[in-house]
Amino acid sequence: MSDVISSSFVRRDLLAERPAPVKTTGFIGLMRTRLFNSPTNILLTILGALLLWFTIVPSVKFLMVDAIWSGRDRSACLVENAGFAVGACWPYIQAKLPQLIYGFYPEAERWRVNLTLLLAAVLLLPLLVPRLPAKSLNAGLFFAAFPVVAFFLLHGGGIKGFGLSWTAGLLQLFDESILGAGQALLSLSKTSAIAPLLWVVGSLVVLLGTAIQWLIFPLTWLRDYIQGTGQPVWADFAITAAIVCLIAFVLGGGVRTGGRALASSIGTFIATAIVIKLMDLDHGGLSIVATNLWGGLLVTLVVSVTGIVTSLPIGIALALGRRSTIPLIRIFSIAFIEFWRGVPLITVLFFATYMLPLFLPGNFTVDGLVRALIGIALFTGAYQAENVRGGLAAIPRGQSEAAAALGLSWWKTTSLIVLPQALRHVIPNLVNSFISLFKDTSLVSIVALFDLLGSLRASFSDPKWSTPSTAFTGFAFAGIIYFMFCFGMSRYSLFVEHRLNAHRRN
Amino acid sequence: MSDPIVKISGLNKWYGEFHVLRDIDLEVKKGERIVICGPSGSGKSTLIRCINALEEFQEGEIVVDGIELGPNLKHVDAVRREVGMVFQSFNLFPHLTVLDNCTLAPIWVRNIPKRDAEATAMKFLERVKIPHQANKFPGQMSGGQQQRVAIARALTMNPKVMLFDEPTSALDPEMVKEVLDTMVDLAEEGMTMLVVTHEMGFAREVANRVVFMDAGQIIEANTPNEFFAAPQHARTKLFLSQILR
Repeated sequence: MSDVISSSFVRRDLLAERPAPVKTTGFIGLMRTRLFNSPTNILLTILGALLLWFTIVPSVKFLMVDAIWSGRDRSACLVENAGFAVGACWPYIQAKLPQLIYGFYPEAERWRVNLTLLLAAVLLLPLLVPRLPAKSLNAGLFFAAFPVVAFFLLHGGGIKGFGLSWTAGLLQLFDESILGAGQALLSLSKTSAIAPLLWVVGSLVVLLGTAIQWLIFPLTWLRDYIQGTGQPVWADFAITAAIVCLIAFVLGGGVRTGGRALASSIGTFIATAIVIKLMDLDHGGLSIVATNLWGGLLVTLVVSVTGIVTSLPIGIALALGRRSTIPLIRIFSIAFIEFWRGVPLITVLFFATYMLPLFLPGNFTVDGLVRALIGIALFTGAYQAENVRGGLAAIPRGQSEAAAALGLSWWKTTSLIVLPQALRHVIPNLVNSFISLFKDTSLVSIVALFDLLGSLRASFSDPKWSTPSTAFTGFAFAGIIYFMFCFGMSRYSLFVEHRLNAHRRN
Repeated sequence: MSDPIVKISGLNKWYGEFHVLRDIDLEVKKGERIVICGPSGSGKSTLIRCINALEEFQEGEIVVDGIELGPNLKHVDAVRREVGMVFQSFNLFPHLTVLDNCTLAPIWVRNIPKRDAEATAMKFLERVKIPHQANKFPGQMSGGQQQRVAIARALTMNPKVMLFDEPTSALDPEMVKEVLDTMVDLAEEGMTMLVVTHEMGFAREVANRVVFMDAGQIIEANTPNEFFAAPQHARTKLFLSQILR
């Protein structure tokens, strides 16, 4: 080595082979280089090992070694009968499993829940695997068709009309509320100090309501006529299908290019008709199972899946609204986001469940589960809005300028250029919110909905299974279930992130 | 070289209180190549960004191929379809492949079927000499390649006018040439071009007219020969003496 001091050098003796230095690969190498390479690391390694020892060993001991695996009732899980300090009491979970999954859903109807979960799995799994084809059809089925089918499967009941009747009904409801407001103003004007003003406004509102009533009269008349025929659902269905297909045909480009739109809308309606026929919706459908009987994992999944699927579009809309240049939209979005972020979820749920009915008109009720669903969706939507906004802020202005320079409209620029990039940036944050939403669904148990955790706690009170380890077993089981779902989401999000960020790898 | 394809008259623009463009009048004939130069902050980028309405302006009028673009920016979309633009920082869409970058606008703005759009895109990628990189992402390419893709992307919309906003300023010196060569090719095919650049070699070789701007106004405009050989205004002389050493 020291030979190379002068600028010229010629080697005289060839170097002999030497043994390799201290091992740096394999297990020993890992220990040397990563775990025991400095006093601090030695200390940390020992502390870590102790921590693992004191957590994993008792867990395994409780969950498996000392666990009772079979038995008919609590007696199997008692120390006196087992002869040792009993760990988890698995027969209790086995006995309560139906209740933990279905809640109080009638036993004879539980196949409907199974079918719904199966349908969800069949539609969702192919959607999650990028290699499988027909993504848009698959997504359409999962996001549009499945919720409707799931509703009629889980809740039951039939339909009395179709698109036309619903539109007519909705417009009528809207009109009636206008008329009601007008009447209220008129009756107020009899006693008020500003009577003339109230009277004028009230008369105007009533006039408007009457005008709308006449405007929608053809529709309501047609509805009433259809309801009078022998097959109201199918008559309505045929009319709605014809109208929607025509609109799709015209919007799709008429004779020249509208064929595709026409074919797909006809296909949709044929599929809808098959579903209606299969589920007998025109004759009342399946027997109704009210949502207060739903429970367990079913409620947890319904609430979290609905929350996840609806909160993202809400969040995106609010985030875009918050960056809008139109003051009204921006102020609304900011107020909405800040309101929901400033209120605890428990308050939201309480408000939705107990206060909201007081504000709604008397004949207008919303199901308890739906109220909680709306509350959770809006709450999570506000959080997702801020996540999405973070992603939007990370996109350089040049991107939308380049898109604009190519002639893309604001909507196309946003949906093709800005949002795809923004959402990729914030996948970890979005999934973070989804996971926290999944766990927050356990809060619905305080508004008398029995989710997984609620059903579990209800089952503790069963004297047949009351043992010292029942509660621990139950919570351990619930913990494992929650962890499986959350960990699954987390891993899948990593996979998606890795795949969608292909452009950031060189 | 007949009617003007771009006609700017009485253009005034303010950023707040700051008067960035002052009484700009400029006519560009079909097939004409104009190089706009000037010190930084002189408003040259702002001027060409006004032509495709990336910037709004308060007074004056811009007519592009008979389409009128007043201060209310009424016909923005129609104008943008006629005008292609190349940016200093490329502004390729990083989440799309090179090919998708080039087919996006034809498919979504002109409603061209995907297959035709891809064929056209490949044609233009061949013209900028990077067809074999079509399935790469922009982040995997060099700056010069990215800028050539950006040129191809603008060309897929068949623009009548191309705007270049300092297309070589963000490039390593050895990549400048490949981009300039592409632009020279384009000029030889008869494209109408407005180029903001400091590449005086390019101006000499390609431009029909050189426009010198300072403090938001056009100081001097002339053929390259006259402009470089005999600048008239003192400000122009100073500028040229500083960049041509």
